[in-house]
Amino acid sequence: MAGKDTIANNTFECLKCGIPMEPGKVTVSYMGSSFPVDLLKCKKCGLVLITEDLALGKMLEVEKALEDK
Amino acid sequence: MDHKQWREFEEKCIQERPPACVTACPVHVDARSFVAEMKNGRFNEAFDIFRKTVPFPGIIGRICDHPCQKACKRGEVGDPISIAGLEKACVQMNSARPAKITAPARKDKRVAVAGGGLSGLTAAFELAGKGYPVVVIEAADRLGGTLWEIPEEVLPRQVLTGEIAVLDALGVQTRFNTRVGREVSLQELCREFDAVYLGFGKNSRDIPGLEPDSRGRISINPVTFGTSLEGVFAGGGMVRETGYSPVGSLSDGRRAAISIDRYIQKVSLTAVRENEGPHQTRLFTSVKGVEPLPAILPEDPARGYTREEALLEAGRCLQCQCLECVKSCEFLAHYKGYPKKYARQINHNLKMIMGRHEANTLINSCSLCGLCQEVCPEDVNMGELCWQARVEMFKKGKMPPSAHDFPIREMVFSNESLCALTRHQPGHASSSHIFFPGCQLSASAPEQVRKVYSYLTERVDGGVGLMLRCCGAPAEWSGRTELFEAGLREITEQWREMGSPKMILACSTCYQMFKKHIPGIEIVSLWELYDQFGLPEGAPLRGTGPVAVQDACTTRNERQIHQSVRNILQKLGMDIEELPTSRETTECCGYGGLMLFANRELADDVIRRRAGESAADFVAYCAMCRDNFAARGKRTYHLLDLIYPGAGRPSPGQKGPGYSQRRENRVRLKNKMLKEVWGDTVTEQKKSFETIKVTIPAGVSDIMEERLILLEDIQKVIEYAERTGNKLLNRANGHVLACYRPVAVTYWVEYTALEDGFTIHNAYSHRMEVEGNSQ
Repeated sequence: MAGKDTIANNTFECLKCGIPMEPGKVTVSYMGSSFPVDLLKCKKCGLVLITEDLALGKMLEVEKALEDK
Repeated sequence: MDHKQWREFEEKCIQERPPACVTACPVHVDARSFVAEMKNGRFNEAFDIFRKTVPFPGIIGRICDHPCQKACKRGEVGDPISIAGLEKACVQMNSARPAKITAPARKDKRVAVAGGGLSGLTAAFELAGKGYPVVVIEAADRLGGTLWEIPEEVLPRQVLTGEIAVLDALGVQTRFNTRVGREVSLQELCREFDAVYLGFGKNSRDIPGLEPDSRGRISINPVTFGTSLEGVFAGGGMVRETGYSPVGSLSDGRRAAISIDRYIQKVSLTAVRENEGPHQTRLFTSVKGVEPLPAILPEDPARGYTREEALLEAGRCLQCQCLECVKSCEFLAHYKGYPKKYARQINHNLKMIMGRHEANTLINSCSLCGLCQEVCPEDVNMGELCWQARVEMFKKGKMPPSAHDFPIREMVFSNESLCALTRHQPGHASSSHIFFPGCQLSASAPEQVRKVYSYLTERVDGGVGLMLRCCGAPAEWSGRTELFEAGLREITEQWREMGSPKMILACSTCYQMFKKHIPGIEIVSLWELYDQFGLPEGAPLRGTGPVAVQDACTTRNERQIHQSVRNILQKLGMDIEELPTSRETTECCGYGGLMLFANRELADDVIRRRAGESAADFVAYCAMCRDNFAARGKRTYHLLDLIYPGAGRPSPGQKGPGYSQRRENRVRLKNKMLKEVWGDTVTEQKKSFETIKVTIPAGVSDIMEERLILLEDIQKVIEYAERTGNKLLNRANGHVLACYRPVAVTYWVEYTALEDGFTIHNAYSHRMEVEGNSQ
């Protein structure tokens, strides 16, 4: 599910920690399945960015696939 | 549903049944496919179809007595298709290679075929094709029997001899100038061979050892073609009651050959032989609206069709099929199949354990409206099947959460104490009736609910109570049986506490749910009461129109409601235009069965199709029909808009309220009724997130609506982000981005803080859980 978001590197910063979001491994899960993905996250507090493109694109696709599994 | 019920459902759908021409043909030539190929000028492909079921196609193609044409549906609108004429053109003009004949492995049991006419030749062809050594015993000095009596211009001699020569290739032997009963006795044949077929044609005679019937013909079993003598079978002209039928002889020879094969193999001669010969089909084909067309006549009748004439004649074929339900339902048409096919897909979907459940969306896209059953000649109801499948999917935890989550949350919200209310009329300790407006009318036009209630309390004696809540249809439609039943129990308990009064229902879906699931409650449609009591004071006599009535699909079988609605419109002075399908055959607005949530694109198509059926403004008497059509630009009145022009929406073109407003309307309706009708003091308690002030531009509002994001979802995200500081900054535009997961959905909001509130730039959501963002 990674991809486009790494391009947004440096555009987003975590307001709580005051540091830019950086690519990192994140576990996402749905319908009992979990898997690691590379996403932008705050190295300090762990907040993860899910962009609109991702949420309505690839992520939605995976959600549908898991729902139909 | 168990296996047997699935099979029964599949069998009920007749779409895959063969057309009448095929079942009328004694050898079941696939005339429909044959004619389709001819229409496209593909004579070789047509010939392949023909010879698949017809041995000696060059002969039969020229002389067939075509019982298919009597059965042809085209005959009901013009002349039947000249199938025989097309066959003749095909066998004359095709350039297909001769069929490859490869003699199969020889068996050791031998068969004698007495009589070298068509039935005997066919029996020989079939049996030799199965590997039996066959000897044809013929009285004359050549094969063909009465075929030689056909004029040469009809059946050229080189065709006759050429076609019969195929038997040589199959290794069939002949004994000419040999008559059974003279040169050889039947008993001798029976001793020499393992089975005997008798096909002497019309020049039949007594055969010693065989019983004749009352008319002097050899008596045979009509299924097996067996005679009174074991191992001896007979067919063709000698046993036929009616006149000469080449294709009938073909069929006899083939069917007798099947019996002989079974007899030699010592298996049942009678098992699974239904519909072997000509029979009636169950396939229904409507000729409604089909332009009558006369047959194309060949310029030269003796020569037959030219290529061009044949194409034109084939072009008249209706290509018979049923598809009655598919023609009237956008959903059934969308998946490019028909109930029988869908039933197989759904059954497979339910049984599958591993792999993609490809029919999930199909199952959830049906509006459960029952139109298919209404138009089906066999009463097939796809809605029932889809609903059963949903129940099973939900029970097994296989229902995709995204399909129905949102409307279920809406339902739950409508039944919470914020919205729900059950009371006797003020000043009454009991109720003769309860008004149940339904959650969607309350959400769409709350002011009308107020008006209706006061009308009812003025006209109905004995006290009219009020019950605000949802009937539970979304739970029922989504297959959540337990949730639905729990709701019904609540309704029933409250109804009992109110003294078991009669229920007045404004919503046709509530009407259907109550009627079907709580038959103990006496119900009446609000529209019947307006019809009975008359219009309220001050109702306008508009006299404009015409308007087209959109009957609610959940009133499909409620004729009295259809009539009441029309009576009310007449009293209002409206000209009524009936849609092409209305009343019992009305179409769903796209909301039924929660289609709108499971498959929005399809619901849009459904709405568009229905809206396009008339240029007139629609009048609906279901709040969802009203709002769905209006949302897609179709001017639609609710019947109450006409009765109470001052209350609610000013124009039939105005869109209904969005999801957030609908929630608010339900809450406000309860409070307003409590205050204004019962004189209660209502203190509105705001939850902390509700104090968050937001400005939402129209474009963002539309996006939220499309993405099923509520105002309260936005408020919850901002409240959470501002309280915890868990938010991101987009350096490119200075917007804040934050998320929160109040339900099984994570909502993201892009916003800017103002001095006094927040401006919303965007909102979206996902269902997947993201580690690090879980609160």
